[in-house]
Amino acid sequence: MDVLMLSRLQFAAATFFHFIFVPLTLGLSILVAIMETKFVRTGDEEYRRMAKFWGKIFIINFAVGVVTGITLEFQFGTNWARYSRYVGDIFGSILAIEATLAFFLESTFLAVWIFGWNRLSPRLHAICIWLVAFASNLSALWILIANAWMQHPVGYVLRHGRAELDNFLAVVTQPFAFQIFFHTISGAYILAGFFVMGVSAYHLLRRQNTEFFTKSFRLALGFALIFSLAELVQGHYHAGEVAKIQPTKLAAMESFWETQAHAPQVLFAIPDEGNERNVLEIGRIPGLLSLLAYHTPAATVKGLKDFPKEDRPPVTLTFVAFRLMVGLGVLFVVLTVWGWFRRHKLESSPALLRVMLYAIPLPYIALQAGWIVTEVGRQPWIVYDLMKTSDAVSPVLAAYQVGLTFAAFIVVYGLLGLVAFYLIIKHARRGPEPAPATAKLEG
Amino acid sequence: MLASIWFFLWGILWAVYFMLDGFDLGLGTLMPVLAKSDTERKLVYRTMGPFWDGNEVWLITAGGVTFAAFPTTYAALFSGLYSALMLVLFALILRGVSFAFRNEVDSPGWKCLWDTCLTLGSFLPALLLGVAFANIFRGLPLGPGGIYQGGLLTLINPYGLAGGVLFLLLFLVHGALWLAVKSAGVLHDRAAALAAKLWWPLLVWAALFLFATSQATRLFVNYAENPVLFLIPALAVAALVAVYVFIRKAAWWQAWFSSAVTIVAVTLFGVVGLYPNLLPSSIAADYSLTISNSASSPLTLKIMLGVALTFVPIVIAYQVWVHFLFKGKAREEDLAAEEVY
Repeated sequence: MDVLMLSRLQFAAATFFHFIFVPLTLGLSILVAIMETKFVRTGDEEYRRMAKFWGKIFIINFAVGVVTGITLEFQFGTNWARYSRYVGDIFGSILAIEATLAFFLESTFLAVWIFGWNRLSPRLHAICIWLVAFASNLSALWILIANAWMQHPVGYVLRHGRAELDNFLAVVTQPFAFQIFFHTISGAYILAGFFVMGVSAYHLLRRQNTEFFTKSFRLALGFALIFSLAELVQGHYHAGEVAKIQPTKLAAMESFWETQAHAPQVLFAIPDEGNERNVLEIGRIPGLLSLLAYHTPAATVKGLKDFPKEDRPPVTLTFVAFRLMVGLGVLFVVLTVWGWFRRHKLESSPALLRVMLYAIPLPYIALQAGWIVTEVGRQPWIVYDLMKTSDAVSPVLAAYQVGLTFAAFIVVYGLLGLVAFYLIIKHARRGPEPAPATAKLEG
Repeated sequence: MLASIWFFLWGILWAVYFMLDGFDLGLGTLMPVLAKSDTERKLVYRTMGPFWDGNEVWLITAGGVTFAAFPTTYAALFSGLYSALMLVLFALILRGVSFAFRNEVDSPGWKCLWDTCLTLGSFLPALLLGVAFANIFRGLPLGPGGIYQGGLLTLINPYGLAGGVLFLLLFLVHGALWLAVKSAGVLHDRAAALAAKLWWPLLVWAALFLFATSQATRLFVNYAENPVLFLIPALAVAALVAVYVFIRKAAWWQAWFSSAVTIVAVTLFGVVGLYPNLLPSSIAADYSLTISNSASSPLTLKIMLGVALTFVPIVIAYQVWVHFLFKGKAREEDLAAEEVY
């Protein structure tokens, strides 16, 4: 394999791994903040225990997210030097702003939260976790502004052989960035909601700490329900936006070959990229794709054949990932609505609890699939319509160098992932520390 | 003008990073020597716990600012020093998680594993960052377009290694002094004695390095043109002497502060000597990456300056607050009462 392919694989692996941990950070920080706020408001000691129990899982998860985040920033320079030189004016400055505005806040106040239980007033301590939640989500906003610029570059001029900033506001306020932001954080909140529901279900099934985990479950359920619904609606508009600004991506998401008006939506198909067609199509609904993408059934949707072969993304992967994401997204609505109707009878709903326990991995899969659609669907561009991925790789690297680090990433990250999940699962199964007064009763 | 401002902000960011992370990298390296029992090791972690992550963000910011303000330098430097940087990265990853993982399983083998990660993961960055910066001072084999022409072992040269050892010694003294400030009893005594012992090799090595710099680099050209700049290395020397004086007086906080000033002054000594180069080329001066051929557009620099001047003071303010919040020595009683990682 050449440096380009190895660098792509390495970047994919590093990003994929990083994003296993980030969504839980984004969502769980808010849930923990809500728990602690309830403690401050009501003085109910159980909410404090909740904040501590879920907070501990948050800390382990956060640590892995943070250390693997450094890699991402460095990798632009190490493996994508041409890209860095070409877009640093815009992309680099957004990353630097992110670090200054968000990372400092997040890291500093998380440490204060961890070590500050006995040093701060309860109110100030709760503010710390709110700051962490705010900062991690703010950091998501900036990184997604940077990513949105790769999807849809705006506010730049080509000068001095690179893309230079022309209009800062255009870059940081482009609507597509907020689509991506909303879509990503909603996904993260769904994931955190399902995580908390799943772990709570585990204990509720065993009838341990029932009050504690009923409260946790219900809080997470409301959170996951709201964002599952929001995600479905927003996802629709998001795809419409993609149709407008990244027509090749849309065509790949749908494995849509022939340009036509009244474009049909196919529920499932097997793309045959070599022969530029689908081998098998199931569930063909006429006009639906036009309607979904452009809000009118008569609209013309451009097919892949109308784009030069070298400008098309890998179709099968994009197509399958998109279906996986949407299918799971619909499932999350179904599950959370089901949960909502059983919310007052959780202990007598073993089926729901069992499903929720095994549903923990699903949002993880959905989110990774979503990123596959976003990033693989953008290929062959690193910056859509502006710079090809193949022109972005560092000129000085040897294949063995990248091969070696790629192997090291696989080994180190693999082990790190095992350890992190071992610890998270261990902590999740052990349950909260017994409350001081009721310790004897609950055993 | 803007590019010059950013050049110095860039240097200051790296200096602040070395000053802050320097103590926990140094202390992490020294842990096996300083802490003998599990409780002592826990205390050592505890003295760094509330600070190390906030310190490391300065590295992310320094890297980000290199990317944003001098993208061509960022591209050439990070891809040119690929293998060394990756090693630093892996070290920082394993070190970072050791804080969170170490006390999660109560088994000696498990703890030993993460303690080893902490020590190696602290030692390697301390050494390699020194090697990298000394090589920058010396000049990298950059060809046309800032493309690195060196090999894997180009960085391993006597001056580069000397820089690595210098950083390591600076950080070791810095870390030992931190523990002397932040601990009591045997731990404090050991740290204090070690800081005093390490001070002499540091002094000798710094003097040698200064001499080697005059031979191996062109850093002194700027100083010869503007003799007033010699105040910077003079400050480094004065601060280093102050470290010794304060150690003798058993004024630990002041000794640590002097050590911080030493690290900042040493870094700035190099940065000022580099100006206007960010990466001097050892092949030909024309290939050097400078503030004029590697800076971002004036618009980007202006916006970034606004952001930096607004938010960095805020960051400094709350990080200083954190130091006040967690002032005082780490004690065994705290370990039990607190949520230790």
